[in-house]
Formats: sequence, structure tokens, C-alpha cells
Amino acid sequence: MTRILLMGNPNVGKSALFSRLTGVQAIVSNYPGTTISFTKGYMKLGGEKAEVIDAPGTYTLEPTSEAEEIALRLLDSGDIVINVANAINLERNLYLTLQLLERGIPMVVALNLWDDTKHRGVNIDLEKLRQLLGVPVIPTVAITGQGIKELVEAIPSAIAPHRPPNTRDERWATIGQIIEQVQHISHRHHTWRERLADASVKPLSGGIIALAILAAAFFVVRFIGEGLINYILDPLFNTLWAPVILKLSQLLGGSGFLHDMIVGHIAGGQLNFLESFGLLTSGLYVPLGVVLPYVVSFYLVLGILEDTGYLPRLAVLMDTILHRLGLHGYAIIPTLLGLGCNVPAILATRILESKRERFIAATLISIAVPCAALQAMIFGLVGARGLQYVAMVYGTLFIVWILLGLILHRLVKGFSPELLIEIPPYRLPPWRMVFRKLWFRTYGFLAEAIPIILGAILVVNVLYILGVFDAIANFTAPVVTGLLGLPREAVTALVIGFLRKDVALGMLAPLALTSGQLVVGSVVLAMLFPCIATFVVMFRELGPVDMLKAVGVMIVAALATGAILNLIL
Amino acid sequence: MHRFMHRSGGRFQPGDNKKTLAQLKNGQSGTVVEIQGGRRMTDRLNALGIVPGKKITKTTAMLMRGPVTVEVDRAAVAIGFGMASRIIVRPDHAP
Repeated sequence: MTRILLMGNPNVGKSALFSRLTGVQAIVSNYPGTTISFTKGYMKLGGEKAEVIDAPGTYTLEPTSEAEEIALRLLDSGDIVINVANAINLERNLYLTLQLLERGIPMVVALNLWDDTKHRGVNIDLEKLRQLLGVPVIPTVAITGQGIKELVEAIPSAIAPHRPPNTRDERWATIGQIIEQVQHISHRHHTWRERLADASVKPLSGGIIALAILAAAFFVVRFIGEGLINYILDPLFNTLWAPVILKLSQLLGGSGFLHDMIVGHIAGGQLNFLESFGLLTSGLYVPLGVVLPYVVSFYLVLGILEDTGYLPRLAVLMDTILHRLGLHGYAIIPTLLGLGCNVPAILATRILESKRERFIAATLISIAVPCAALQAMIFGLVGARGLQYVAMVYGTLFIVWILLGLILHRLVKGFSPELLIEIPPYRLPPWRMVFRKLWFRTYGFLAEAIPIILGAILVVNVLYILGVFDAIANFTAPVVTGLLGLPREAVTALVIGFLRKDVALGMLAPLALTSGQLVVGSVVLAMLFPCIATFVVMFRELGPVDMLKAVGVMIVAALATGAILNLIL
Repeated sequence: MHRFMHRSGGRFQPGDNKKTLAQLKNGQSGTVVEIQGGRRMTDRLNALGIVPGKKITKTTAMLMRGPVTVEVDRAAVAIGFGMASRIIVRPDHAP
């Protein structure tokens, strides 16, 4: 089967083009480094099936990060390359184009973001460019689908003109000559978007804009999340599902193994979806009634932030602070992703250049950045005691993030490279894309989380019945009770935290904890042991040695923080 | 001019018509003449088209030795302060 590779600079619209060609949804955002692994899809090409691969963006074939290395490795396996180039920055994009041509792989150039050329005052002589490069050049607008048909038609005529390997200087000289002949720039005035773009990376205005955007993001996430819970999901569960469950409870005889497994504990005929811990009660209510609303609201807001192009600007603003933590500004992107789910966040550390940065970023994320599922439960459970307690949990995690970063920066050998990123222009988010991405991520959550949540609840019930938890509780009592000041049963939650943090926090609900204990429990649960999915991805990305180091840091940090909180509260 | 040298962090001593990118004023343009860095740094800058001979305009700079934002070929690029102090530029006209 023919294998077609989409190669190009970061943030030129490869993933949008990929979705157009294959119908397979790939995450599309407006910042360099959205795609850090490859996505595979299929398209029809002259009646035959062809494989299409969306490679991570790369500026050159001399990789400077893990994501770029992946792109380079993919290149050896492709039959045809569609070189996606940004029509606005042709000079820089042509560098990769020339390198690809030197490789001698049949190629077509898709000149994407073509619609932007007009208002940016860029005129390109396509015929001349085709002549000089010796390959088909098709103008495209991947977001709207313009030029896609022509691109598909041009794929069979992809050719590999003979071009000898050049040095760096020779390539830039060639690019200079090409640009001279094909590109004409007309003068134009600054647009409001550019003024806003400048303002958001200036010290004072940038800081104000960042605070306003982050505060707005927080309130919108909470507003939508709470709205969905209070006006849609809670009423649904309470009026429609509760009667079904109560009836089922009667049918099952109100107690016994099967009853407790499916319905859970019902104290005095009062059904509490969060505390009963049956498969059809908590097993459905935790993922759908508590976590899903926040997953939807978080990813909606994140998607908008991603697509406007604001995130790289936040990276510039955060750079000075993050340098003190051994990172540079761009680490803010994996960190923000971590507020949704730690797994894609740790994968996203591939956009960082050094192994040291990746270790520090991944460790900080897995310890101090709570995922959306856990946060939803924190708002649900801790929030019921008063928002000041929620603030305590977040404040503690933030302080831990800073302190741990400072410490790791001192302890971990090596140095961290400096920030060097391209800042994309602001764009109005393409709404169709925003909602497709939201659906893609929400579906991902439902497909992955529900089976594990149900599994976790099954395990909890079985372990209770077998008395395993009692044994663990006795064994760990000195730490849990002595150090953290929690009742000994709380250890069950810490153990289950390994499977799912949301279920684990739910296990603290029936323990009648004081508000202080609940804060300690939430913080320790957030910090101690990543869930199994995060564990696996850390193992894969960091390797066994660094993963064990991260886990060591995690245990020490979690217990120390818990103990200190226990003393204060 | 030498008053601020302790802040610029670069090895470069500014001559009559050359400055580091970090020393350039906001809004000032120039031509890159030299990159005083190792292989890794030149590789990364080359990838973004920042090579000797290239026209570059400084747009903004963050406080406290924060990143410098420049425009190169109609693309905005943020460069860490230390790196910006090792990119030598010939300003278009005297400030």
C-alpha cells in the first residue's frame, strides 16, 4: 500500500489537512507542537487505498527535539511526501522543502493558509514556484477544505526532481533566489490582531491580559461544569435513575453480595450516588454525573485557548518564572494539558528539547497538577464544605509545584535550554474544529475512563469482602493515622488512587472526615502515585530509572506535604 | 551605552554599529551578522530562519531578562534572553 507522509513546519495545518484527506479526527490547535506522535489514516487514491500519516511538525531534518526525531524516523518509511508549507512564511518553510527534495522522495507541496496571503500582503507566483521546485504546488486552506480536491488529484503526479545535497548556506542562498522570483510583499497597515498580539507579550499589558484570560477561563469552566451538574445531570440521576435503582435494590433483596456489588450500600433507604459504591450507582455517577461535566467544560475552554493562539504567548510571559524551576516557558503547555489529563500532558513534554527538562516537567505534572477528573471530585466533595477548602487544596498544590521545581532544578544534573519558539498569529477559533476536538476528547475520556472506573469499583468491593483492605489498613496505620491524621480506612482510597483518582476521592466521602482531613486527603491523593495510565506513560517516556526517581520524589513529597498540612489544619 | 552591559549577559562588546538582539530597542530593525553560540544553538536558530544576513525586527521584551520577541519573515519568534544576547545585529539606522 502506498504510504503518504504529511511533513512540514510546526503549526502549518498538517493535522487539519490530514483530517480533510482521511476523515480521521486529529487534534488541531494553533500552536507549534500540537502533534507529538503520528496519526494514521486512510484515503482513496485512484481507486486504491493509501495510508496517510500525520507527522509531528519539524523545521529541519536535523532534529532538535523528540517530536522532530519522530518526524525524521517516519520519513524513511514513506513513499510520497506531501510537504505542507505556510504560504505566509515561505522563506522559512522552503528550508525543509529543499531538504526533503534532496532526499529524493516523490513530493507534492501544499501551500496552506493560502487565504491569509491576501490580507497579509503576500503575493506568490505559483507557476514560477512550481518551475523552480520541480514539483506540483497546490494552494490549500485546510480549515475550510479549499484546494483539497486539487491536492488529491496532484498526488499521483508527485515527482522527485534530482537535487544534490547542499550545505546550510547553499540552501539559504537558493531560497533567497527563489523568493526573489516568486514572492512579492505589498505594504499594509497593522491590524488590530497584530496590535493585540504585541500587547499580549509586553510586560505590563501582557500580565494583565494573562490574568484576565486565566481568570475568565477558570470561571467559564466552573460555570459550565456546575451548570451541567445542577441543571442537567443531577436532575437526571435523581428523578430518572434513582427510582430504577431503588426498585432494583428491592428486587435484589436489599442486601447481600450481588446487591452490594451492583447497587452498593443504601443507608436507611436514602440513596447517595457518590457514597454507595455500587457499579450502577457510583460506577455511573462518578464518570457521568461528576467528572464528565468538568471534562466537557475544561476541554471546551482549553480548545478555545489552543485555537486562538494564546498559549505560546503565555509561554513567553511564564518563561522567567519557569526558568527558576529548571524549565522554560513552553513547559506551560504540557502543564495546562495536565489539568485535563496527565497522560497527554506527559506525552506533550516531547516538545521540550532536553531530557532534563522532560524529567522535571513530567515529575511536576504527575505530582502537582491534578487532572480534570480529580478536580471535578475536589469541587464536588471538598467544595461542599466551602470554597476556602478548595482554595487550600489548590494553593497547596501550587506551592508544591513551585518548591519542588526549585529543588529539582538544583538537584538534577545538566542544564535546560532556552526558550525559542514561533508565536503564531491570533486566529478566531474555527468553531466547527473546536467542537469536533471537544467531542474527540470527551469520547476519549468516556471510552477510557468508564471501564476503568467500573473495574475500580469492582476491585474495591471484592477487596472489602476479602478483608484485604483491613490488612493494609493495619499495616499502614502509623503513616496514615500518625503522620497524616486520617482514619485508617482512608488508606483504601490511597490504594485505589492507583486505578482512578476520582473513584479514590469518592471513597473518602463516607468516612465522615473533618474539613481539614478532607483537605489533607485530597492533597495527598493528588500527589501520591499517579494513576495507572499516567504510570505507564511515564515509564514509556522517561524510562524505568527516571520513572523510579520520579516515584521516589513523589512519595517523599506527598507524605511531607500531608504531614505539614496535618500539623497546620 | 555601557551602563547596561551588566544586564545584557552577552560576551559581546558592542561596537559602533553592532548590537546584540537583547540590546536592540523595541521596534528597531537590523540585519543578523553573527550568532555566537554552539552547534545546538545555531541549529535551533537556523530552523527558525534566524541566520546571518537575515532581516530581523525586535517587537517586545519581557522584564527581568525575560524573552525577546522578534519578527523574521513575517513570523513572530520568542527568544530567551541569554540566546538573544548572543545574536549580533547591525541596526538599520543609529538609534
